[in-house]
Amino acid sequence: MNIPTGRLAVWWVLVSEIVIFGGLLASYLMNRLTHADWADQAAHTNTWIGAFNTLVLLTSSLSAVLAHQAAEKGDGPKAARLLWLTVLGGATFLVVKSFEWTHEIREGFTITSSGFWSYYYTAAGLHAFHVLCGMILMIWVASTAAKNQELHRVENIGIYWHFVDIVWIFLFPLLYIAK
Amino acid sequence: MSAHAKTHDEGHAPGAGHHRNYVKIWAILLVLLIVSVTGPMLGIRVITLITAFGIALVKAYIVAKNFMHLDVEKPIVHWALAVALLLMVVFYAGIAPDVQKQSGTHWKKAKVESHAPAHGSGHEGH
Repeated sequence: MNIPTGRLAVWWVLVSEIVIFGGLLASYLMNRLTHADWADQAAHTNTWIGAFNTLVLLTSSLSAVLAHQAAEKGDGPKAARLLWLTVLGGATFLVVKSFEWTHEIREGFTITSSGFWSYYYTAAGLHAFHVLCGMILMIWVASTAAKNQELHRVENIGIYWHFVDIVWIFLFPLLYIAK
Repeated sequence: MSAHAKTHDEGHAPGAGHHRNYVKIWAILLVLLIVSVTGPMLGIRVITLITAFGIALVKAYIVAKNFMHLDVEKPIVHWALAVALLLMVVFYAGIAPDVQKQSGTHWKKAKVESHAPAHGSGHEGH
């Protein structure tokens, strides 16, 4: 098979993640198609905030893949700096999301308001939790990469981060654009 | 070539991602993001579906191929991902009829009332 164990393990995790997020998004989709009135609720989500967060995640994916490229060349300190930049992207994403959620909850849209909002907070919340986990792991990987140690981990955490980015790529139109 | 890069190349196909222009790929993704936001503003259903969901598929493909290097990944990974995606389709096909049908033989779905405010500003005193 000739594939490093660590990388294979990351892909294995992502296969299970596809089923987790796929199940959630598929059930959202079938309910959304059933309840036409969910569009009225979706109209209250802020497309521009969603678009900005998409921009942030796409940019953080760029820094993650550039970190991988630096690790390939054996430049651990540069890879670490780029990973820290990726972590900053993740932090920006979470800060923006917290302001967004605060505003929506103040407006009266809570997780118990309706089916749409239940899915909205569950899907976006689960995704945000994955962003947070990725950031924590990335800080750990960056600290070892800075010493030029375990550079293969840079690619592994990058693969995970890009997957989280892809999940958001699908969440964005489902929750923010389809109104 | 560093010891790490040598070890890495044993796991990937030769030249996996070493000569890709990542900044250019990121720029393409940004253009697609702009289209996916502005397209639905036209208010035409077909355009919305193509620009929002069609472009989401294209963006996901670009990220998977160029950032995750799926194009040079081992077949075992492709098979594992394909099985997961197939499971999703089976899940949807199995559940959707129950969710999306409103009535059947000897049964009818009860209506569930939404408690969400219709126009925001759900608190008192506003």
